[in-house]
Amino acid sequence: MPRGSGWRPGAKWARADDRAPVTEHLETARQRKAKVAAEIAALPAHQRPALRDLGRRSEAAAMPFRAMPPDEATGGQPFRPAGSLPKSLGPSANGLPRRRESRATGDSVRDSGPPPARETGEALPLVTSLKHGSRLVIAAACPAARALGLAPGMAITQARALVPGLDIRDADPAGDAADLLRLATAAARRWTPIAAVSDADGLLLDITGTAHLFGGEAAMARRIVRLLARLGFTAHVAIADTPGAAWAISRFGTQGRRPGAGRGRCAPGRDGRPKHSGPGLRRGDGVVIVPPGEHAAAIAPLPLAALRLDPAAIDALVHLGVETVGQLTALPRAPLARRFGDALLTRLDQAHGRVAEPLDPVVPPEPIAVVQRFAEPIATAEAIEHWLDTLVPRLVTALAQAGKGARMLELVADRIDGVPQRLRIGLARPSRDAAHMLRLITRRIAEIAPGYGIDSLALHVRRADPLGAQPFEERLEERAADIAPLVDMLANRIGDARLWRMRPVESDVPERSLEPAAPLADAARAIDRLKPDDVRRLDRGVDLHPWHPRWPRPARLLRRPEPLDHVIAELPDQPPRRFTWRGQTHRVVRADGPERILGEWWRRAIEADSVRDYFRVEDEAGHRFWLFRRGDGERPETGDLAWFIHGAFG
Amino acid sequence: MSRIVSSATIAELRESLRAIQGDGFKRRPVLPFGVAALDERIASGGLRLDSLHEIAAASPDPSDDAAATLFMAGAAARAWGPVLWVVRRRDLFAPGLYQAGLDPERVLYAEAADDAEVLALMEEGLRHRGLGAVIGEVKRAAMPNTRRLQLAAEGGKTIALLLKRHAREGGNPLHVPSAAITRWRIGSAPSEPLPVEGVGRACWHVALVRQRGGEPFETIMEACDETGRLALPARLADRAAAADGADRYSYVDAA
Repeated sequence: MPRGSGWRPGAKWARADDRAPVTEHLETARQRKAKVAAEIAALPAHQRPALRDLGRRSEAAAMPFRAMPPDEATGGQPFRPAGSLPKSLGPSANGLPRRRESRATGDSVRDSGPPPARETGEALPLVTSLKHGSRLVIAAACPAARALGLAPGMAITQARALVPGLDIRDADPAGDAADLLRLATAAARRWTPIAAVSDADGLLLDITGTAHLFGGEAAMARRIVRLLARLGFTAHVAIADTPGAAWAISRFGTQGRRPGAGRGRCAPGRDGRPKHSGPGLRRGDGVVIVPPGEHAAAIAPLPLAALRLDPAAIDALVHLGVETVGQLTALPRAPLARRFGDALLTRLDQAHGRVAEPLDPVVPPEPIAVVQRFAEPIATAEAIEHWLDTLVPRLVTALAQAGKGARMLELVADRIDGVPQRLRIGLARPSRDAAHMLRLITRRIAEIAPGYGIDSLALHVRRADPLGAQPFEERLEERAADIAPLVDMLANRIGDARLWRMRPVESDVPERSLEPAAPLADAARAIDRLKPDDVRRLDRGVDLHPWHPRWPRPARLLRRPEPLDHVIAELPDQPPRRFTWRGQTHRVVRADGPERILGEWWRRAIEADSVRDYFRVEDEAGHRFWLFRRGDGERPETGDLAWFIHGAFG
Repeated sequence: MSRIVSSATIAELRESLRAIQGDGFKRRPVLPFGVAALDERIASGGLRLDSLHEIAAASPDPSDDAAATLFMAGAAARAWGPVLWVVRRRDLFAPGLYQAGLDPERVLYAEAADDAEVLALMEEGLRHRGLGAVIGEVKRAAMPNTRRLQLAAEGGKTIALLLKRHAREGGNPLHVPSAAITRWRIGSAPSEPLPVEGVGRACWHVALVRQRGGEPFETIMEACDETGRLALPARLADRAAAADGADRYSYVDAA
């Protein structure tokens, strides 16, 4: 060993000579490991041994105080950057609740992240939990979890008892619905003009007259399934004459759906689904196409849940011995209507096509823009202003029709040499005020370089917020003018980042007691924005403003505290008698303090012990300063007793 | 009695003088300090809302600077509406302003790159008419610039306060010609003595260096309280009562 070279285990020079045997040894170990892993993978999920049982030294035994995977309404695991999300969770993750895959593909940072991947790469059985009444139940389960006997509706506690190491996450119905709406919007843009959200997990597309554009019904359905598979969804598509039949077959009639694997309505654990090999059904990968006119026969063998009936009605019918749609159809209608009301017959007729079922299509939002083309190119500011005068009112009309108010506008001037000139205008509040927009834009016309001339002017709304009808202002009494136009004017002049408001924050550390906010932000204090279950709501003390004058604060704060020299002060808690700052010595005649401010241990570990003792001192000339000493003067770990100045009082 | 008559006569005379000056408005909105000793000596009976006022610190010392800042904050706090504060550096500490009565919900901060931009933003704010006060911090403002601000302020109810900071090379910032109605110099003074150890209520040297239609004067005032009001120091307001108290409890350890 070379002397003084800082030996460390595994140093390069120490293992250079026996590298070959080590690699060979590693090779065999790797092979052995792969063999064991293959054997384990062959076992069903619930019989697989825990890693600790395999004698792996690298895997520590589970520590009893280790953070458990999130189960009950917790925010979940620590934040994990979006980039580390796996794009797909492997074949066993098919049929997972929609939210999960869409998030994984969408790279959203809201996600609590995938489960910590084990070294063998196995995917844990995954379920999502939903609060139902006072208990948590399974909202959806992945195929691996279903294979272990877990099903939607089962209590989470029971599931956890059945399957140790189950990965449980919060269901997010609102997020699912939003994603489904996005999917419907995409379908309306891409596949057919009439696309509607049918329920929590389905879409209805009216493909009449559009299927031939995509190569026929079968090809179109396969393309849809493939597209969704790329996005991470397992989809089942049924094409039938009526929406009701398509709904029923897509959920209960597609190939490969195991009992209990249906989404939503399928009761857990009910097996013995009749084999429905209807006449002439063509099947593919999750695709069923019912030939025209045969939908009644196709839905006849399906269970009653396929009719979108009330669960109570289904239970009553099952009690009466009616289990399939065919049996229900065979019953006389009048007694059914008397016993179950109109709803049941309406559903039955909708499935059969005897009653129309209009869809409520999703209307994809259209970008709002107005364009003006010129026969002769324009090049002067006056001409641009003149045409803006006509463009802006047109834009305002378009905005009013859409019920929107513009937040960001872009003026695009197309030059004849093909170099577009762009001008962006931001608005602090959604607005449809033509005069205001025009004023903001015309101020900046000078930034447009017309070159050889401008072919066309276009105004695009880059960002818009909903804005209802605006009442006319009644000028009966004098009121303070709205400052939003001023904010727009200033922000377009100096930029958003240089216009702000200050908002109090509950913190004793002076630098953290305030935060900048947007100019028109809601000025509510942070305490009012606490969540309902935040622990700080338990504080029943007098609600003092965080900047209460009882704790005096300087009018100007130094950007960072400046050290003082030649400080004479008594320990532990006397104010300084004299100090030197910026080369000038001040003799303190009066002082207040200390105001002890402790470090915020929940922010940074090094603040756990730190202390600042603030003093308000006045020197002979009447100048008042805010000084502090690092440390409380008794325990050395609280600070090094250095003195600083942090601000000046008036 | 005679004093009341005389002040009424003087007010009448001032009114006629203003009519001769021909501003077009007879009665102008005024923001009084609420301290008779101060208001009586200002020609307009307080800070005129529709005009420009200049404030400078007595010295470049940070404490004097903070006093001038709080003087403006107090005036803005007593004004009526939102406040636009145009700064060059982000060193204002909102909690300190809040303790002078200026609620953070009322203040809109804007950071300007140079003095010209400060003045331009101030003018923008003054012309908007929806603000109660517009405050700017500059090192230099030439006569044409201040005249622009004064013209922008006229006819509205927005008070324009211009803090003239000390330039690096020294010189009195208030000596530059300006169109401001009043020019103030504010500096900190030793605080009110307390019967116990500690810093009493802060005091300021308040000097009205120039005013249009009035005499300059200089006095010591107690600093802004939580509502932005100045006050007359007790030993000036009631000299006999406070004098012996102050003598008896002169501040303790001056060593």
